[in-house]
Amino acid sequence: MKLTITRSGFLSTVQDLGRVSLRQFGVSVGGALDLHALRVANLLVGNDENAAALEITSGLVRLQFDDQRIVAWCGGEYDVAVGSRQIPSGHSAYVGANEELSIAGPREGCRAWLAISGGIDVPVVLGSRSTDLRGSFGGFEGRALRDGDVISLGSNSACAKTLIDRLGQEKIAAWSISHDWSNPAQQEPMLRVVHGSDWGRFDDSLHNALTSETFLVSPDSDRMGARLEGPKLRRREACDLISEAVAPGTIQVPPDGKPIVLLGDCQTIGGYPKIAHVATVDLPVAAQLRAGDRVRFREVSLADAHRFLSERNGDLEQFRVGIKLQMR
Amino acid sequence: MEITPLGDSALIVRIRDQFQDAPEQTLDEVLAAMHQIERAQVPGIIELTPAYTTVAVYFDPIRVIDSGADPGGVVDWLTEKLKDALGDSRRRWRDKTDRRSIEIPVCCDTEFALDLEQIAHQARISPAEVLNLYCAGTYRVGCIGFTPGFPFLMGLPQKLATPRRGMPHKEVPAGSVAIGGQQTGIYPLRSPGGWNVIGRTPLRLFDPQNSPPTLLAVGDRIHFRSITRDEFERLKG
Repeated sequence: MKLTITRSGFLSTVQDLGRVSLRQFGVSVGGALDLHALRVANLLVGNDENAAALEITSGLVRLQFDDQRIVAWCGGEYDVAVGSRQIPSGHSAYVGANEELSIAGPREGCRAWLAISGGIDVPVVLGSRSTDLRGSFGGFEGRALRDGDVISLGSNSACAKTLIDRLGQEKIAAWSISHDWSNPAQQEPMLRVVHGSDWGRFDDSLHNALTSETFLVSPDSDRMGARLEGPKLRRREACDLISEAVAPGTIQVPPDGKPIVLLGDCQTIGGYPKIAHVATVDLPVAAQLRAGDRVRFREVSLADAHRFLSERNGDLEQFRVGIKLQMR
Repeated sequence: MEITPLGDSALIVRIRDQFQDAPEQTLDEVLAAMHQIERAQVPGIIELTPAYTTVAVYFDPIRVIDSGADPGGVVDWLTEKLKDALGDSRRRWRDKTDRRSIEIPVCCDTEFALDLEQIAHQARISPAEVLNLYCAGTYRVGCIGFTPGFPFLMGLPQKLATPRRGMPHKEVPAGSVAIGGQQTGIYPLRSPGGWNVIGRTPLRLFDPQNSPPTLLAVGDRIHFRSITRDEFERLKG
């Protein structure tokens, strides 16, 4: 019932679907930066969708379990293997006791989520097992994982036990999900955006710059936000805005004109003008932005943003039903 | 009042455009609006966050659609519900809630008061006068943010307004009470910061093991009491 981290990689944290109802106290939502990937990976190993998993951000991660587990991962283009056995993304895979699982990359994208059957059993803090790095709470001791950490796992669910029996021989399930579902990383992605509440404070040339030019992801990006270089969205006159709420996906523009796409660990309030917001359906793509990546933006209506999200949720609903049948 | 989208999963209810004209009244209206929305239990709403002139309403578009909204009309559907919840503005006044009044002990020992000299210099008064003036004031929490539990307090005596430091402190200790421009606040966690530190409180402003995790909430009334180093250590326990 334990997970041992032999190599922790560049930044690996424990994350679930995040914290709700605490933004009024300044506590970020946090959680996996790609909630869709977390849900799918958890479903593939017979977990609740909210079970805590590993979020991996580049480097080499090596780990092992002291008992049999089913794992599945989604995210950027990583090489995941047990010995010589490659585990493709979006597949349920068997890992025996004390076998070493390695995760290396990414060749493309930025982050990956590894779900382990039974889930990672760290204490629930403020309603979530997610690591809040700025506040140093939640997750495993409120911090990123280090070499040598030993972490408790939950018990395998009945579904996971069935999978363990079935996959003990073939190791990797023959069925899987489509690649664009498990790997949202794209080369030079086009993120769909809706107008921000301060759209009108930017003039047409800046609107055009946002929606027709290419931006470069800056190295000082993190779980709070992806900072962008490239065309500067510098407004003519300064404005002193009263601080108000922001959200993951908000694109805020500080006085230097360099936009920041806020991600899950972002502050709860901000005073910079908000030119646009990445549509929720595209947050998984935003979570894959890595320093040096090129990114572009395309305007969509709010109604379309909701339709896209609703469509993807319909697909997820079908997947939930399908996976139940597979695990019977 | 206006209701505008904050991306595709939140709305901002803006109660007023200006804050400084009538800060107390604005904050009361914002809090009353928040409670009215809370009570209405609109399907799909996840949480609310008040700040100065606004209430942010976070929602799950999928749950709103499941509750009967057309996927192309989620915002209209929610806006209607919010307008209903907020009702006529006269009722809002009677909802004015009794806010708590909280005393924050603050120690201005030279080891803690990193920028007291600077604040005194700016105000052209002595450090002792700065403290007297600061502790005579009544403050109110306008919003919480920046880091978990960081209260932005309004009500700083004009004379004490001090511009943010040109060079931010690399590390401001937890509990530091500080002035940034017209605002004052308390750093709940050790973090970098550009505000001018006037002293330190032994109280813990953020504790993730508590529910709610913060000592203060938006709307609370605050006053500061100057304490000695001995008292600081005793309260810190």
